[in-house]
Amino acid sequence: MAEEITLLESLRRRGVSRRGFLKFCTATASLMALPPALIPRVAAALEQAKRPSVIWLSFQECTGCTESLTRSHAPTVESLIFDHISLDYHHTLQAAAGDAAEHAREEAMKQHHGKYILVVDGSIPLAENGNYSTIAGISNLEMLKECAEGAAAIVSVGTCAAYGGLPMAKPNPTGAVGVSEIIKDKPIVNVPGCPPIPTVITGVLAHFLVFGSLPELDHLGRPKVFFGQNIHDRCYRRPFYERGQFAETFDDEGARKGWCLYKLGCKGPITYNACATNKWNEGTSWPVESGHGCIGCSEPGFWDFGGLYKALSVPTGNIGSTAVAAAALGVAAGAGLAAMNRSKKQAAAKAHETMTVTDLNKET
Amino acid sequence: MPVLDAVEVSWQADAAPPEAGNALPLLHEIRHALLRLQQEGEPTLLDLSAIPFGPGDRDRLLAALGEGEVSARIEALGPTLIRETALAGVWLVQYFDPDEQELVLHIEISHCPRLLSTPVEDIDLALRQLDDRLDTQLHAQSDSEPGSDLDQPLDSSAPHLAG
Repeated sequence: MAEEITLLESLRRRGVSRRGFLKFCTATASLMALPPALIPRVAAALEQAKRPSVIWLSFQECTGCTESLTRSHAPTVESLIFDHISLDYHHTLQAAAGDAAEHAREEAMKQHHGKYILVVDGSIPLAENGNYSTIAGISNLEMLKECAEGAAAIVSVGTCAAYGGLPMAKPNPTGAVGVSEIIKDKPIVNVPGCPPIPTVITGVLAHFLVFGSLPELDHLGRPKVFFGQNIHDRCYRRPFYERGQFAETFDDEGARKGWCLYKLGCKGPITYNACATNKWNEGTSWPVESGHGCIGCSEPGFWDFGGLYKALSVPTGNIGSTAVAAAALGVAAGAGLAAMNRSKKQAAAKAHETMTVTDLNKET
Repeated sequence: MPVLDAVEVSWQADAAPPEAGNALPLLHEIRHALLRLQQEGEPTLLDLSAIPFGPGDRDRLLAALGEGEVSARIEALGPTLIRETALAGVWLVQYFDPDEQELVLHIEISHCPRLLSTPVEDIDLALRQLDDRLDTQLHAQSDSEPGSDLDQPLDSSAPHLAG
């Protein structure tokens, strides 16, 4: 159960020096994608930060989100954060099982009513009264409602919890939905991704730990600090796009030279995520750097995009709506960027900004 | 595995060309920061974790900065390496966890990196620790020399030894 000590006290008990604490604050600020100028503020807040209780519920999911978190590459910072928070309930990680586990959840909810963080991964099935997925005889729907009632805030980890994810893919037999489709009266932060970048999950929890509040969110409930820019804008291959240098296949000269993967179906222009900077596997690489286009896994509906290798702007059917017509301008840009003048390039870029997953689906 | 060893394998990684990466813009940013340090005395911290580096970008940047004459290693919550680059006032501060995995890489443009300076709170602690050590020493001495002047209480006019 959560103990009322500050983080600084918790670190001191572990023999961490002042310099060690400053280092921890620096790494935490970096984890939260805050500018280094805010490190003193992070330090001041962390000195006073209390230990929050966290209840983690896993519903219709593949455990990839928990795998992502436990394989994260900043173990010192993250383990200290996780040692500091009180993870009172987590199916996969807890030692307790059966009645004891459910009792721990109920006890944490009672003791920290109104104060605990509820983390959810996985979607919630609504069909057949939610009977497609149950835990200890309780449907996911019922458990979510019960736990959400006393939560201070909810963090939906992974695209399944945020927007329904793969269980919601057509024809969606279980009637899967994301958390925000059910809970309407609590602050919810979405940390989508399939799986989400581990440092982003921890960054959001660290924000709550440091500032006692949720970070600023975009229109899809995602923290702007991590999801504020799209993959295309932050991609190191972007200059090749500007020059009209594209890989046409996965083994041609363009692919070998690291040219833009746009024509191979990269969804970078419509995907907002932090992969381009936070990367995976101890900061080694990310899909585009490995030679594969972005699949848009942090966007609602990415599972029904219509094909991982379908280029965003290539029209395959009748073009009717204004948005798709705008996308078509992007097609022209994609096909002959090298010959385009500057104004056309700007128009193409503008067209890409207006394109959404819905627009994409209208093409098919 | 002599048969496999006989197979000639060539491996080639094509890094993004220098003009496509982020090393050059960062060098410009460092120049602005250095100018600010020179003219206004204001230090700057750049977090390289927030920069979208492509293959080869980081190596190109570090090669351009070069190596200077000062380096230090701090052991606190894992090692931290601090190195001045060949450009005076431009420091690389590399934070590692206890398993020596890099956590954060900062470029600090300052007269002296922040983490090298002694924290004020540590000086308070150092005073208390020194007082304890002196106290222990004095008692050890007084125990071995019964009746000596050292049995007397410490002079209260010496504030750093009092309390």
